[in-house]
Amino acid sequence: MKYKDYYSTLGLERTATTEDIKKAYRKLARKYHPDVSKETNAEEKFKEVAEAYETLKDSEKRAAYDQLGSHQSGQDFRPPPDWGQQYGGTPFSFDDIDLSDLFAGLTGGRHHTRQRGSNIPVPGHDYEVTAHITLEDVYQGTIVNLNINVPEYNESGHLHRVSRALKTRIPKGVVDGQRLRLPGKGGKGFNGGRNGDLYLNIALHPHPLFRVSGHDLYLDLPVTPWEAALGAAVDVPTLGGPVRLKVPPGTHAGQKLRLPKRGLPKPHDGEGDLFAIVQIVVPTVLSERERTIFKELADVSTFNPRGHFEQETSHEN
Amino acid sequence: MRIELTEVLWMDQYQELSLADLARLSGLSEAELSELVDCGAIVPTNADSAEWIFDAGCLAVAKTACRLRNDFELDTQGLAVALTLLARIHNLEAQLHDLRAQLPGRIF
Repeated sequence: MKYKDYYSTLGLERTATTEDIKKAYRKLARKYHPDVSKETNAEEKFKEVAEAYETLKDSEKRAAYDQLGSHQSGQDFRPPPDWGQQYGGTPFSFDDIDLSDLFAGLTGGRHHTRQRGSNIPVPGHDYEVTAHITLEDVYQGTIVNLNINVPEYNESGHLHRVSRALKTRIPKGVVDGQRLRLPGKGGKGFNGGRNGDLYLNIALHPHPLFRVSGHDLYLDLPVTPWEAALGAAVDVPTLGGPVRLKVPPGTHAGQKLRLPKRGLPKPHDGEGDLFAIVQIVVPTVLSERERTIFKELADVSTFNPRGHFEQETSHEN
Repeated sequence: MRIELTEVLWMDQYQELSLADLARLSGLSEAELSELVDCGAIVPTNADSAEWIFDAGCLAVAKTACRLRNDFELDTQGLAVALTLLARIHNLEAQLHDLRAQLPGRIF
């Protein structure tokens, strides 16, 4: 079991008062709470802060923690010989639990409900895990392997950490941030209590070509000035393979060309659309011939894209 | 070792939740939930009825409320304000995300 210095996590000395502990927690909670904070690793940092506060705010738990002695953070350690008897009720196995697990069930100096002879059903905890998937996975559906490391009670009521491997199918049409539920795959219930659930949060990897808005996709479509002016048939990538798109003559920059049903599938039926946003790109290096042709075009054309500048400023004169 | 495939459930399968269901699943008490409904922070699908029914969106809000209550030791009034602000932030972020997706990106 690795030692965690809860005082140091809250930025406090070991002699801190309950009031100091509360103040320190409140300040750090505002800074790192995932509902409020945009700091990097906020969720992880908040978890550490909350765990430290949970133990130190309770005088019984704090006393038990102080009795573990002072060690280097992150260092493997064992509690003093009598610690388990005094605070744990029954002997613990200290090898495969986390420090937070040790204090989680501690109330009034003994472990509650999990002692031999207790018949109260205890429901298992719910857990959350994030699955990082690609747009291609969303398009086709996919199977992901999950590994979770959770505290569980064994048959004799001792807490220990268990690694579990799960395999689940992610259906087509999920969106970024979507939550899915795996019923009964969370923490095991005890004494006949129901198992908790596992919640799966979906996080989409950014795609090199497509941007997502709901179930619609957006793609930048570069075209040449002559393609925009004359019209053209161009190949456009989609998640289902390339598609031929007609760029109408006289297409202007910023125009959105809609490819219906080429977006992401919706969960129950239908599909979103793909929008190709036209961008007119001018070659930066011209051959002599190209330069000559462009100059001729400049000479013969009467097209003025800035006519409205004169109109707007002439009102003022 | 062969690992069995587990099927997921969509959250919108929680189409109809009673007050008791919402309390059980969110961690808030029925009294706390009733106060949040009174403040307008959580809206049942049938607000005028005596027996409220809630949808999956309400479960997400209720779980957030429980988390905020536990982590910040907020009272119900404070919770209601925090939930309203979070909902606004969430909507703004979603609009911003959609607008950015629709803007042409850099080509070079």
